[in-house]
Amino acid sequence: MSAPNKSYDPVEVEALKPEEVERARDEAVAAFAAATSLDELKQAKVAHTGDRSALSLANREIGALPPHAKAAAGKLIGQARGAVNQALAKRQTELEAERDARVLVEEAVDVTLPYDRAPRGARHPLTTLAERIEDTFVAMGYSIASGPEVEAEWLNFDALNLGPDHPARSMQDTFFVAAADGSPDSGLVMRTQTSPVQIRSMLEKQPPLYAVSVGRVYRTDELDATHTPVFRQVEGIAVDEGITFGDLKGTIELLVSKLIGDELELRWRPSYFPFTEPSAEVDLQCFVCRGASVGNPDAPCRTCSSEGWIELGGCGVVNPRVLVASGVDPERYSGFAFGLGLERILMNRHNVADMRDMVEGDVRFTLPFGMEI
Amino acid sequence: MRVPLSWLREYVDLPAGVTGRELAAKLIRAGLEVETVEQLGADLKGPLVVGEVLSIEELTGFKKPIRHCFVNVGDANGTGEPQEIVCGARNFAVGDKVVVVLPGAVLPGPFPIAARQTYGHTSAGMICSARELGMGDDHDGIIVLPSHYEPGTDAIELLELVDEVLDIAVTPDRGYCLSMRGVAREAAAAYGLPLADPALLDVPPANSYGYLVKVADPAGCDRFVARTVVGIDPAAQSPIWLQRRLQKMHVRPISLTVDITNYVMLEVGQPLHAYDKSRVDGPIQVRRAEAGEVLTTLDGQKRELSAEDLLICDNSGPIGLAGVMGGASTEILDPVVDQETGAVVGSTEVIIEAAHFDPVAIARAAKRHKLPSEASKRFERGVDPEASRAAAQRAVDLLVLIAGGTAEAGVTDIAAPHPVRTITIAADLPDRIAGLEYGRETVARRLQEVGCSVAGGDLLEVTPPTWRPDLTDPNDLAEEVIRLEGYDNVPARMPTVPPGQGLTPVQRMHRRVGVALAGAGYVEVHNYPFLGEAAFDGLGLAADDVRRRTVKLVNPLNDEEPALRTTLLPGLLAAVRRNIGRGNTDLALFETGLVFLPEAEQPVAPRPAVDRRPSDEEIAALNAALPHQPRRVAVALTGERLPSGWWGKGAPASWADAVEAARTVARAAGVELTVRQGQYLPWHPGRCAELLVAGTDRVVGHAGELHPRVVKALHLPERTVVAEIDLDLLTADGELQAQGPTVSSYPVATQDVALIVDAAVPAAEVEAALREGAGELLEAIRLFDVFTGEQVGEGKKSLAYALRFRATDRTLTADEASAAREAAVAAALASTGAVLRGA
Ligand SMILES: [Zn+2]
Repeated sequence: MSAPNKSYDPVEVEALKPEEVERARDEAVAAFAAATSLDELKQAKVAHTGDRSALSLANREIGALPPHAKAAAGKLIGQARGAVNQALAKRQTELEAERDARVLVEEAVDVTLPYDRAPRGARHPLTTLAERIEDTFVAMGYSIASGPEVEAEWLNFDALNLGPDHPARSMQDTFFVAAADGSPDSGLVMRTQTSPVQIRSMLEKQPPLYAVSVGRVYRTDELDATHTPVFRQVEGIAVDEGITFGDLKGTIELLVSKLIGDELELRWRPSYFPFTEPSAEVDLQCFVCRGASVGNPDAPCRTCSSEGWIELGGCGVVNPRVLVASGVDPERYSGFAFGLGLERILMNRHNVADMRDMVEGDVRFTLPFGMEI
Repeated sequence: MRVPLSWLREYVDLPAGVTGRELAAKLIRAGLEVETVEQLGADLKGPLVVGEVLSIEELTGFKKPIRHCFVNVGDANGTGEPQEIVCGARNFAVGDKVVVVLPGAVLPGPFPIAARQTYGHTSAGMICSARELGMGDDHDGIIVLPSHYEPGTDAIELLELVDEVLDIAVTPDRGYCLSMRGVAREAAAAYGLPLADPALLDVPPANSYGYLVKVADPAGCDRFVARTVVGIDPAAQSPIWLQRRLQKMHVRPISLTVDITNYVMLEVGQPLHAYDKSRVDGPIQVRRAEAGEVLTTLDGQKRELSAEDLLICDNSGPIGLAGVMGGASTEILDPVVDQETGAVVGSTEVIIEAAHFDPVAIARAAKRHKLPSEASKRFERGVDPEASRAAAQRAVDLLVLIAGGTAEAGVTDIAAPHPVRTITIAADLPDRIAGLEYGRETVARRLQEVGCSVAGGDLLEVTPPTWRPDLTDPNDLAEEVIRLEGYDNVPARMPTVPPGQGLTPVQRMHRRVGVALAGAGYVEVHNYPFLGEAAFDGLGLAADDVRRRTVKLVNPLNDEEPALRTTLLPGLLAAVRRNIGRGNTDLALFETGLVFLPEAEQPVAPRPAVDRRPSDEEIAALNAALPHQPRRVAVALTGERLPSGWWGKGAPASWADAVEAARTVARAAGVELTVRQGQYLPWHPGRCAELLVAGTDRVVGHAGELHPRVVKALHLPERTVVAEIDLDLLTADGELQAQGPTVSSYPVATQDVALIVDAAVPAAEVEAALREGAGELLEAIRLFDVFTGEQVGEGKKSLAYALRFRATDRTLTADEASAAREAAVAAALASTGAVLRGA
C-alpha cells in the first residue's frame, strides 16, 4: 500500500486507473455469474469484495491522493463496488432459490400413505336415530320425557285401559318381574311399550302437553332377523284443547318427511289399541319394491314380504278413559299418541337387512354410522 | 280368520270382477288386517274329471303293490275309450268314482301330466289324492267321490279347486269378524252393498219340552240354547261342498255332525257343541267346578278343575269345559263299519248346544288349562248372544238336510235378562275427533251400517248391535264413523305447539358423553340386560356381593339368565368376546344404559282404580315399588389402543386408557373427577382406580385393568381394561359452570423439578402438594416423566414435573419464579416426603 503522498497524481496510481477499476468490476461480476453454488459464490465474494480484493485495495489508495482527486476516484470506486454488490446480491438470491427448490423436492413425501393412528369411534345408529327424531320434535316445541324400564303394571297396562282380563294384555308377550319372595305378584313388568311414559307425563303436568319419549321396551320374542326381545320405541303424545286425528296425521307425516323423505306413500289403517280410540296403524310404502312385488311371484320382495307396505307403528286419538286415569279432564282436552319402532325405521332408512346386527355389537356394523345419522 | 271369496259371495253380491286382492285392500282400509291372499288352484290346469274305476289288475313283483286300472272318463279323453292308468294307492275298488287327471293337465307344483310307460304298462294320467290337488295336507289316499257323479264331469269345478282365500288377523275388538257373517258385513259396508245375513233365520220359539237345562251360574252363562236331532244316519258323509269349505278354512273334516257344528261356527261365529244324546245322563247343568273335580276333554287329557272353571255337567258330573272344549264321555262317535253286519255304526241322536258365556271366565279357563280353542278364541272376544238361536237352527237344518235326521220339536232357550246398552253421543263428536265435518246424516248412516240403531238429533241415542260388545264409549262409535268414511280422507294438519324448552341439561349431558367417547375412538354397543349367576361368578364376585342382589324375571327368555343386570360389564365383555370371535381384535367399546338395583324394601306395586287420577300417595306407592334404575356408562378396551404403523410403534390398551375414558366422561358431563387407588372386583387389585366427584367422598365408579383371574375365566385377552361409572351419581350436583379465566399476556417462566418419593406415594398427591405450595403464580403443571431404577434407589420413584409460572400484572423475575418453585418443592417434601432429585 502506498503512503499518502500529496504530490501524487491519481492517474499515476495504477490501481485507480479507470480501466483497472472497470476490469476489477467486470471480473467480479463475471465470477459471481459463474458461481454455480452458494459455496462458490461465497468464495467469489471473498475474492472480489474481501479486504484483499482489487477494489478494496484500490479504495485504500484513495486516501493517499491529493484532495482534489479524491472525489473523482471515490466516485469511480463507489460505482464499481455498487455494481459488484448488486451482482452479488442478485446471484445470491438466484442460488438460494435454486437451493430451496431442490431441498423442497428432496423433502417430498407420499401423502397417500394411510394413517389410522388415531382410533375411530362411532355411536350406535339407534342412539343417533333417536336423537334425530327427538330433535325434530324439540324443534316443534315438544319436550323429551323418559321413564323406568321396570315399570308398574298399573302404568304399563291398567292406566292405558288394559284391564287385568283384557285380551290385548295377552297379545303382548310380557316379561313379568318377580316379587321379593319369588312370586309373580310384584305388580311390576318390563315395560312392553313406552306408553307408560305418557301416563307419567300427564300425571306430572296438566295440558297443554307435548312430549316425546324414546326408550327400550321388552317383549318375550326370540331374536331373529326381524324380531328382538329388547327394542326401541318412539312414543309421542299431544294433549291440548281441540286436538284431532288430523293433527296426528299431520305430525306423523311431518316426521316421516323429515326422517325418510316425501317420495314414499303412507297408508292409514284402522286398528285397535285399548289406549287410543280411534286407533290407526301407519304403513310406509316399501322403499325397495314400492309395491311392485304385490301379486307378482316372479319378483318377490324380501323387505316387505311382497306386501308392498312396511308397518311403521300404531297411533290414535287418546282414549278418554286414559285421560281420566291420568287426571286430565276429557271434556276439556283431547289428545293423540303414537308409538313407532325405531329398529324398523333404521332398517328402512339405512337398508339394514338383519336386526341381529343392531344387538350383537359388532364394531364393523356400527362404525360406518359415525357420530350422527 | 280365513275367508274364501267364493263363500263370501253367498252373503254379499260383490261385482263379478272383484279379486281377492281388491277386496283385501278395501278391508284393510276398513281396519281388517288381511295378512295374505292365497290363490288356490292358480297353477292348476285340466283336464281333471270324474272317473269310474272299471277294472283293477294287481301287479306283483315290484317293491310295492301297484295297480293297473282302466277308468271310464266319459268323453273327457276325446275317445270315450277307458283310460289306462297305473296307480300306487289302494284305497279304492272297482265301481268307485274317483278324480282323474289326464295328460296335458298341470297339477299344483306345478307338476305337468303326460302319458308314460311305467311298470310295463302305459299310464295315461293319474288317479288323484287330496294332497296332489292341493286340497289339504292330511290325506294321502285317493279321493273316492259319492257314486252319483257322472264320469267325465269337470272335477275342478266340482271340488271348487280354484278360489281365493283371505287370511285376516282379527284384532281383539273385532270378535264378530271371526265369522263369515262378520267379514261379510264389513265387505258389504266397504262396497256399499246389502248383506244377506246368515243369522236371519226362522226359528221356532222356545217351549217347555226341549232338553232340560239348568243354569246355576247365569253370570257365567247368560244364554243357553239346546236343540235335539234324532235319527241321524251314521253312514251319511259330509258333502263335498261342506268338506271343501272346511278345508279352505284349514279345518279338518271329521264326521258329518262335527263338521256341521264347525261349519256353523265359521259361518255365524257362534261356537256350537254337539253331545251324543244317548250318552248324556239326565238334565244338563251349567255351574262352576267343585274342588277335586276332574274332566277328560275331547283331546284325551284328564284335567283337574279349578273352582273358577265354568262347567257343563250331567248327572254323571262334568261333561264339558264350558266354551273351551267338550268332554270325551259324551263325544260324538266317529262312524265305523261293523265288521259282521257291514253297517256303519255311530251317534244317531245329538243335543246341539249354542250358549253364550262370560268372556273373562272363558279367557281365564283357556289360559289356566293352556287350551286355546276355536270356541274359546271367539268367546273371549265376544260372541253375539242373539245369534245362538239362529246358529242352533242352522245346525239342526243341516242335520236334517244332509244327515237324514229328524228335528225334535222341543226348543230350549234359557236367557238371562240383557239390559239394552244405549250410548249417548253428540252427533258432531266424530267431526271433533277427526277434525272434519261429516254431518249428522253421515254419522247416523255409518252407525246403522255397522248394525247400530240410532235415534235423536244433536245428541244421538245409539244402541250397538249385539255382536259388537266392544262398542261401549262415544269414542268407539266415532271410530266406526271415521274408519268407514276412510282415514285417508281425514285432512292432515299441525297442532299449534307452545314454545318448548329444548333438551334438559341432563339430556344434553347424556348426548355429550356419547359424543365424547365416540370422538375418543370408542364404538357404542347396546346389550340385553339379562344375566344369571354365571356372569357374577365370571367377575369373581363374593357370594355376598351386593351386585348379586338382582331383580328377577318370572318368565325369562333363557332360564340361565333370569335376572336383570346390576352392572354393565358382563354384557359389554360378552360383546368384546363376540367381536374377537369375528376377528375384531383391537377394541374400544362403550355402552350406556340402565342397571336394575333392588331396594331394601320391595312393596308390591298397587293397582289403583282407573276411573280417576290416582292420589299422590298412590303415585308414591307405585314409584316406591320400582327398583332403583340408574343410568351407567361403561367402556372396555383390548388389543392395540394406538395401532403400530409406518409411523412407528403403537400402544396397547392399558389401565390408563380406562381411567382416561372415565375422565373423558366426567369432562363431557361437566364434572371434575378425583382418582385414587382402589380395590374392587373385577378389577386388578393393584390397577384399579376409584373415581370420585372432586371435593366429595362420593364414589361414582371404577376404572383400570381386569383381575387376571377374571380375564382367564371370561376367556378375554390378557390385560383387558374396563371402566364403569354411574352417570346419575356423577351428575347429582349438576354441572359446573365454566368461569372465564384471566389470560395473562406477560411472559411465562418455566421451571422443571424432579422429585424422588416412595413408590407407593400416588402421583396425584405429589402434584396436589406442588400446586398447593406453588401458589397462585403457578399457571400449569405437567408430569413429564416417571422413572424407577438404581439411580433413584429401591422402592423409590422419580417424578419429573414442568412448572409454568406467570403473573397477570407483571413479568416475573427469575427470583420470583425460583421462589415459587422452591415453595412447591417444600410443600411436596412436607406432605409426601418428596426430595429433590440430585439434591
Ligand atoms: Zn317390497
